[in-house]
Amino acid sequence: MSRMRDIVDVIEGSFQLVGGDFTNAGTASGELRTVLLKANVQQDITRRAAIAAFEAEMNVIIHAVAGTFHYVINREFVRITITDMGPGIEDIELAMQEGYSTAPDWVREMGWGAGMGLPNIKKNADALKIDSVIGEGTTLEITIHRKR
Amino acid sequence: MLRVNDIIDRLGLETKVKGDMDAEVTGCYISDLLSDVMANSKGGELWITLQTHPNIVAVAVIKGISGIIITNGRLPENDTIKKAEAEKITIVTTQHTTFDIAGLLYNIIKNVK
Repeated sequence: MSRMRDIVDVIEGSFQLVGGDFTNAGTASGELRTVLLKANVQQDITRRAAIAAFEAEMNVIIHAVAGTFHYVINREFVRITITDMGPGIEDIELAMQEGYSTAPDWVREMGWGAGMGLPNIKKNADALKIDSVIGEGTTLEITIHRKR
Repeated sequence: MLRVNDIIDRLGLETKVKGDMDAEVTGCYISDLLSDVMANSKGGELWITLQTHPNIVAVAVIKGISGIIITNGRLPENDTIKKAEAEKITIVTTQHTTFDIAGLLYNIIKNVK
């Protein structure tokens, strides 16, 4: 069976994310996790990718109007690229600090907005690129290497 | 080995959604901050929380949580129940506070280990 899977070099997928749609939050990351499990990607890689993807997905739902979630899985890495139409991040260094959050109170009451999102993503990623323009949006590129 | 079923019986928890009731319970994590659960819980653990909205199911799926215990007599929202049924995540409730149920659960888990 694993030989069969080796023939497939690249697996890709995309989702649309809708800002404020908390009910469906986690759908894209959950699907990515299912795909990784089916592709027999190592458990640790799957776990890290799912956590980073879910935190990034939540950021779009909390802060942006809409966004796209795209993943690529190949022999070398798992890469998740999330682009949103959102407010942009004013100070990326500050946003990376654990405990810093700009989420509104009602989001915090749900148990989000604790300022752990970006730090969690960074911890689980091997590489994290952030491009942000105020008033336009943010793109996150999360890469997790499959080989050491 | 402790299973979700054993814990529900012994603590008299009320089952709202039946997931994998035979899943092994490896421990417990307690938090109402979802990113904290994402960062620090481990697969197979039960999760005790006050949160009742659908995102708890997504977190449980991503982390491989064996079951969610909602405390203080709170009830899961309808959307939460629907999502948990679709994802086969066990949700149980209790009238106990988080502190009380954690104490009871702690004794069960520590006596097994």
